[in-house]
Amino acid sequence: MPDILDQARTQVLDGGVGLDEAGVLAVLRLPDDRLSAALQLAHEVRMRWCGPEVEVEGIVSLKTGGCPEDCHFCSQSGLFASPVRSVWLDIPSLVEAAKQTAKTGATEFCIVAAVRGPDERLMRQLREGVAAIRAEVEINIAASLGILTQAQVDELVELGIHRYNHNLETSRSYFPNVVTTHSWEERWETLRMVRASGMEVCCGGIIGLGETVEQRAEFAAQLAELDPHEVPLNFLNPRPGTPLGDRSPVAPRDALRAIAAFRLAMPRTILRYAGGREITLGDLGTRDGLLGGINAVIVGNYLTTLGRPASEDLALLAELKMPVKALSATI
Amino acid sequence: METTEPTRGGTDPAAGPWCDRCGRALADGGHEECAAARRLEPPRFCPACRRRMRVQVLPAGWTATCVEHGTTRG
Ligand code: SF4
Ligand SMILES: [Zn+2]
Ligand SMILES: [Zn+2]
Repeated sequence: MPDILDQARTQVLDGGVGLDEAGVLAVLRLPDDRLSAALQLAHEVRMRWCGPEVEVEGIVSLKTGGCPEDCHFCSQSGLFASPVRSVWLDIPSLVEAAKQTAKTGATEFCIVAAVRGPDERLMRQLREGVAAIRAEVEINIAASLGILTQAQVDELVELGIHRYNHNLETSRSYFPNVVTTHSWEERWETLRMVRASGMEVCCGGIIGLGETVEQRAEFAAQLAELDPHEVPLNFLNPRPGTPLGDRSPVAPRDALRAIAAFRLAMPRTILRYAGGREITLGDLGTRDGLLGGINAVIVGNYLTTLGRPASEDLALLAELKMPVKALSATI
Repeated sequence: METTEPTRGGTDPAAGPWCDRCGRALADGGHEECAAARRLEPPRFCPACRRRMRVQVLPAGWTATCVEHGTTRG
């Protein structure tokens, strides 16, 4: 059997065809002494098929906490004894968040709500919020509001939401271990409608939910089948009071193996560092990932936790000679 | 009440008596993990009265409000 990295060099780097599930699994199983070779190849693939630019994004929670769903990793579920309280962001603060994001040079601003799906109050708040941001800030607006109806998809298109985030979170086979209040298929259906609407699809998940390495490979293959514009890669940040609150974070080497493997599965996608990278990988690991297939970052704080200061990420990008994608390049 | 300054015995975490991350008594000890975690988390409990606070995280900062002891920012 040929070496998986030799195979990937021909198939992914030269041919632009991502690894299948078996190939991803082989990468995830590489011994430690092959990890840097895997990251190096993933980096070459990213440079060849995406280029050196890095897409920078900021996110904010429009409605925090009190969610009726039971995603076992989430501090915003109202079903667990998490200390996160339910709170709505007012419009001036939303505009302020967009300004803070634009100031970093980011092109993407994602408005997120902890809900099963939007109700009329949330859609109203979103409409007002989007209009207020547009009046003052030049930035692409994305949204993440859970499971959608076709009418809501249509409304988001009308509002000019250019990308919609809806994470599958984990592989289809492992999903019922993580979420019981809705199904993987319901999430897939929303993603299908978003894709059909012309909005860009942003879909990723969380590494370290207790899935096996085989299920990690399965997840990468399922994402590759969806072929999202963007894949945000989170690493579990165990939250107090949640069912996964006592799990350990992913080992740094396994996190890096996942980055390389997901890039080799999806050569052209925007592969974004999302939550959990600070506690999983620290400063050095952030650099390794950016040199191992990652080509996008969330800068600044997350929804309920804090990130490292945007200035540190921007300085690192400058040092790595990776230009921040400009707004003009995205519209 | 809205304050931007920690009030005396109020939202200054060092003032206690409650841990602003886990909500347990600081005097009981064992909050090293909380202190480490707080570098990448906003406070959740009012250190003065242990109420869960309303916390808003923005890309470049956060606010945490206790109905009794006001708002802190970071
Ligand atoms: S639907 Fe979203 S906000 Fe609600 S529990 Fe799941 S991950 Fe958390
Ligand atoms: Zn504590
Ligand atoms: Zn208080």
